[in-house]
Amino acid sequence: MTIEERELEIPSIVRSAVEKHGATYEALVPILSEVNRVLGYIPGNALSEIKRQVHIPENSTFVSESQLFSLASFYHMLSTEPLGRHVVRFCESAPCHVMGGREVFEAVKDELQLRSGETSPDNKWSLITTSCLGVCGVGPVLLVDEDVYGNVRPEQVPDILAKYE
Amino acid sequence: MKAYRSMVLVTSGPASLQHGAQELYQRLQEEIDAFGLADEISLTTVSDLGRIDAIPMVIVYPEAVLYGPVTPDQAHYLVEEHLYKGRIAEELRAPVREMSGSIAWLRARQGTLPAEHRVVLQRAGIIDPENIDEYIINDGYEALAKMFTDMSPQDVITELSNSGLRGRGGAGFPVGRKWGFVAAAQGSPKYVICNADESEPGTFKDRLILEGDPHSIVESMIISAYAVGANKGYIYIRGEYPIGYDRLEKAIHQAHEYGLLGKNIFNSGFDFELHVHAGAGAYICGEETALIESIEGKRGEPRARPPYPPTYGLWGKPTLINNVETLANVPPIIRNGADWYRKIGTGSSPGTKVYTILGNVNVTGLIEVPMGITLREVINIYAKGMKNNATLKLVQTGGSSGSIVPASLQDTPMDFDSFQKAGVSLGSGALLICDETNCVVDLARVLMQFFRFESCGKCTPCRIGTQRSYEILTRITEGTAELHELDELLRLAHSMDMLSNCGLGQTAGVPIRDILKHFRAEVEAHIKLGVCPVGVCPMVPTVEQTAVPV
Repeated sequence: MTIEERELEIPSIVRSAVEKHGATYEALVPILSEVNRVLGYIPGNALSEIKRQVHIPENSTFVSESQLFSLASFYHMLSTEPLGRHVVRFCESAPCHVMGGREVFEAVKDELQLRSGETSPDNKWSLITTSCLGVCGVGPVLLVDEDVYGNVRPEQVPDILAKYE
Repeated sequence: MKAYRSMVLVTSGPASLQHGAQELYQRLQEEIDAFGLADEISLTTVSDLGRIDAIPMVIVYPEAVLYGPVTPDQAHYLVEEHLYKGRIAEELRAPVREMSGSIAWLRARQGTLPAEHRVVLQRAGIIDPENIDEYIINDGYEALAKMFTDMSPQDVITELSNSGLRGRGGAGFPVGRKWGFVAAAQGSPKYVICNADESEPGTFKDRLILEGDPHSIVESMIISAYAVGANKGYIYIRGEYPIGYDRLEKAIHQAHEYGLLGKNIFNSGFDFELHVHAGAGAYICGEETALIESIEGKRGEPRARPPYPPTYGLWGKPTLINNVETLANVPPIIRNGADWYRKIGTGSSPGTKVYTILGNVNVTGLIEVPMGITLREVINIYAKGMKNNATLKLVQTGGSSGSIVPASLQDTPMDFDSFQKAGVSLGSGALLICDETNCVVDLARVLMQFFRFESCGKCTPCRIGTQRSYEILTRITEGTAELHELDELLRLAHSMDMLSNCGLGQTAGVPIRDILKHFRAEVEAHIKLGVCPVGVCPMVPTVEQTAVPV
């Protein structure tokens, strides 16, 4: 999707999320997650659109864009900025660290030429450090998009990343 | 349910699906049909077992043979050899040497491990989690039937109080008392919440319960709602567990179809609706009031307590919150009675505990054992000893807010009270076992990095304290800290402990205190001698570590 196409899609994406989760306070985080999942991030006009569809004073549901932004910026799985085509999430927690996570992380940074939190200029990669992914039995763990890699050794990193176009 | 000669399980977690588990499953089904074995063999999917090196895996019971990785093209051979001819297809077996993940308990099923006692994980990995009938045939919803037949809400609470069950989320609060508070609280409606925001690093016990036996949580949520008088419940599951979310949704749907949820359950006049609510990535939402805020559509920032959730919870109403593992203990207690439960574990901490075993040991994974076994037993028996015969240095318990337990305490029984007496905490049940190649300063720095990252920022002591502590610890690893900064670290730990709003800040100083209590000489060597005794720390300034904004 180009950016323009995406803009046009936003109202319908939000509508289906609101239909699925409801126009209530407790639906706000699930709606944001859904938009984030479909678009890869939550653009500003999506926040406006969610406000338009969920802010219903007659139902005593009052929602502002700033409130939505405060949610989108709080939760780690939501992003207010566009990310690269592939997102590498690396677990920085102690169990992975003890199993050699630091060396693996150095290898990832070297291979991508990125630091934590950065997106490559060609928009191919984003590198994000994350808290525990709950697969510690096989640490160190690397998550590329939806794919989990466990027992990763530094020398495997180039091969793993080379699988992604 | 029919009786089958063999059960065949195909791993179908996210990683396995990526590696063709779906096609493998179909091919196995076709082959089983082709050999005319459909009446004898049951084929089901299970969650990934943590063997990323050998997925997708096929597990065949009752022999408990692990095959992996299996390609769809090998389905014919596997079915012909093992299921038709009854020979184990040796060449397809998963490599043994790199056993890791949840393999510890698979071995346990073959009876090679002593003392494992499964209560909350009794069905995980054995039944098809997406099939309510398999749950029911394995004692599922029996507790519910018993409760609706001859127990009043007060009877349920009394039974739990008598069982001595204590919360498994980390604090160890007596469950019967908590339920009693909510039942007695004024206000309506009341709510029940299952805290499935399992985010402690190194802890994945709840994930296995949610993915392997979701109906046990649905059943115990209904029991808890009946006991405290709630008609609406939420299961708050962390966003990082999509499989658990799907399985819970399916389980709730099936329970509805069977009339176990909804209006007038079992003609008892009791109504209950249950929802799954997914988080979006925030460790702090495991704190109960932050979790409530998050359901209410706000930032997950903990509330000032008191008032506590039993009187002022979701939408300001009386609310009962329990951890997944705690809830999974409830149906067996109702079914078998408090006396049965009291026979497991120790006097002050009855029951079992699920531990995750991680770190420098030969077998990592997950075990469920009675309360009160020792670290030495865990390491030598379940973890099959330290890797490379190294020497144990410390064990970090309970994820990031646990304690650093020095090797000298490895014979202390692991139950709530014994650990408390020894000045350490059991936490959430993660056991990160570290050998002597690990530096305590480096470990404390990583733990502090975690707290710094996850601090919600609402209260100052935690927001600033974790950042300053991290900076000092980083400087120690870079060889640029001064001795008086150790006092500063302890002051910060004290301030965070005394002044923080919630458990995150209150426990963030624990690693600092622990390393200075048990390993002070090693910490001081970094500063006085300018060397890291185990050679882990860089001991020169690095740019990046201090440049990351909070």
